[in-house]
Amino acid sequence: MSEHSSSSPLKMYFAVFFALLAGTGLTVFAATLDLGPFNAPVALTIATVKATLVALFFMHVWHASEKLTKLVVIGALFFLLLLLGLTMTDYATRPWS
Amino acid sequence: MSMEIAIPKPVERENYLNKEYGVWSWLLTTDHKRIALLYLISITFFFFIGGFFALLIRLELLTPAGDLVQADTYNKLFTQHGMVMIFFFLIPSIPAVLGNFLVPMMIGAKDLAFPRINLLSWYLYIIGGVMMLHCMLIGGVDTGWTFYAPFSTNFTNSNFIEAGLAIFVAGFSSILTGLNFVVTIHRMRAPGLTWSRLPLFIWAHYATSIIQLLGTPVIAVTIVLVAAERGLHLGIFDPKLGGDPLLFQHLFWFYSHPAVYIMILPAMGVVTEIIACFSRKRIFGYSFVAFSSIAIAVFGFLVWAHHMFVAGMSVYAALVFSFLSYAVALPSAIKVFNWTATLYKGSIHYDAPMLYAFGFLGLFTIGGLTGLFLAALGIDVHVTDTYFVVAHFHYIMVGGAVMGYLGGMHFWWPKISGRLYPEGWARLAALIVFIGFNLTFFPQFLLGYLGMPRRYYDYSHMPEFQVLNVLSTAGATVLGVGYLLPMVYFLWSMRYGKPASDNPWNAAGLEWKTASPPPTFNFDEEPIVTWEAYNYEELDAPHKQEVPVAR
Repeated sequence: MSEHSSSSPLKMYFAVFFALLAGTGLTVFAATLDLGPFNAPVALTIATVKATLVALFFMHVWHASEKLTKLVVIGALFFLLLLLGLTMTDYATRPWS
Repeated sequence: MSMEIAIPKPVERENYLNKEYGVWSWLLTTDHKRIALLYLISITFFFFIGGFFALLIRLELLTPAGDLVQADTYNKLFTQHGMVMIFFFLIPSIPAVLGNFLVPMMIGAKDLAFPRINLLSWYLYIIGGVMMLHCMLIGGVDTGWTFYAPFSTNFTNSNFIEAGLAIFVAGFSSILTGLNFVVTIHRMRAPGLTWSRLPLFIWAHYATSIIQLLGTPVIAVTIVLVAAERGLHLGIFDPKLGGDPLLFQHLFWFYSHPAVYIMILPAMGVVTEIIACFSRKRIFGYSFVAFSSIAIAVFGFLVWAHHMFVAGMSVYAALVFSFLSYAVALPSAIKVFNWTATLYKGSIHYDAPMLYAFGFLGLFTIGGLTGLFLAALGIDVHVTDTYFVVAHFHYIMVGGAVMGYLGGMHFWWPKISGRLYPEGWARLAALIVFIGFNLTFFPQFLLGYLGMPRRYYDYSHMPEFQVLNVLSTAGATVLGVGYLLPMVYFLWSMRYGKPASDNPWNAAGLEWKTASPPPTFNFDEEPIVTWEAYNYEELDAPHKQEVPVAR
């Protein structure tokens, strides 16, 4: 616990919190613009950055020394890739789309 | 004058059952063994609810005409049967009951890593269960357990939102159990208990926990998306709003296909323990059986779209998923071949747990091989949405998972209750379950192959199917008797059964080195493991000596 509090001071938590708020504002702003085919990629990029901040700082992954934590993060990302990648094998190869 | 000789009353040894008494000592317990028993009672309750729906389905199909219930009611019956049996019985069955009871003991730990989270998972299960019961009482839901969009998002007027929320909440119970097992197995093994010395039951539960952790959040998200589209008209699955209905199936099956492995992997773990004990041999190919569990967990996530071959997905993607579905048969086959090789030249004992394990071997193999029919693109087109799929699924889930669960309950019942059950009755029950099961579900393979669709309540335009349906309904009745019997003699044994010794099967494994029933913290001293798993060559044959122990 003491390691966490020394390496993740309150100031950083607030910085991350305000970064997340800014990200939310940016999402709302981006929704008002018509970016054509980039609408979804832009929204997803902002969301990914926000999720990464939450995982790294609020969930302590940044300072994790446990192999188990790293295994869980890598495993979760790998399975997310499987979900997206294998689903895309369908969407990318539909001859009628 | 006569002298009174004081005869010392046998002192009952303190154990997890008699340490504390009263309702609150159970409802607020953090003892993994008591929580396992709470789960046992709860899932048995839901098993009978789901079984009641199955009985009504089979009664309706006894005659070709739809003469027992109306079409809408029939839709609700098979939906509720599926939802209750899958989410409230099969998924928690072995992990939450036997896993909860045994994982800490098998690795020499005092409890799970997070005992309070373990209790929380039971409460979440109960909250989900109560919501599901309420949903049934106010009219039920008719979407099928798969609740496909757009029917679930746009058309059904039944209580889908509440049923979805019930599954959502119960899903978190499953996630917490998986989380607890992963951390416990990584962090709390006894000194000397390396990964290569772990019982294969633990490997199976580890693999199961991975699926619970990685897959269940996806079904939770899917339910939220369905609710969002249904309630807020967000365009996710509806093409009119820019969505895609097949996206629902991709998300749903990304969890729900691996969920089959949540149900079958623990049963494989149980059967491995039983086969080693009643063959008096070390499991053939220990490492292969261990890593095949992990392989099943990973491969299980690569095959989901074989449920969607006729749904309009890309044929090229279908080809990939067909190939991957064949690949998942490999680790399953490794297990079956290794179990069979373990039996070879073993000193086989035909006690009740072993009869269930034999049943599992045959029925799971039939279920698995018919799964290959469904992985083949051409045959799948012919049998999709027929009774062939129903039969295949039940051979895996009932013939596999329930057989494994019953085998495990018989194997560890002396440890759980401290009592012996009547062996003769148990063997009879195993036989009745096996006969009843095959009589119920084998005719369904034939029905499906001949073209009888599933989810039809009226088949009066094809009366030639009645004979096979009558056989199936008769089998279901036999199966029902087979399921009631163990419940009766387990309850009977708790009061009248002979006291069990600490290790009535003379089995290997740390759980047999402590008392029956075990003390609250499992072991009086922390065990130190210096031996390999399944060291049966160093143990005698099982001896069901009924030695009274200090109780």
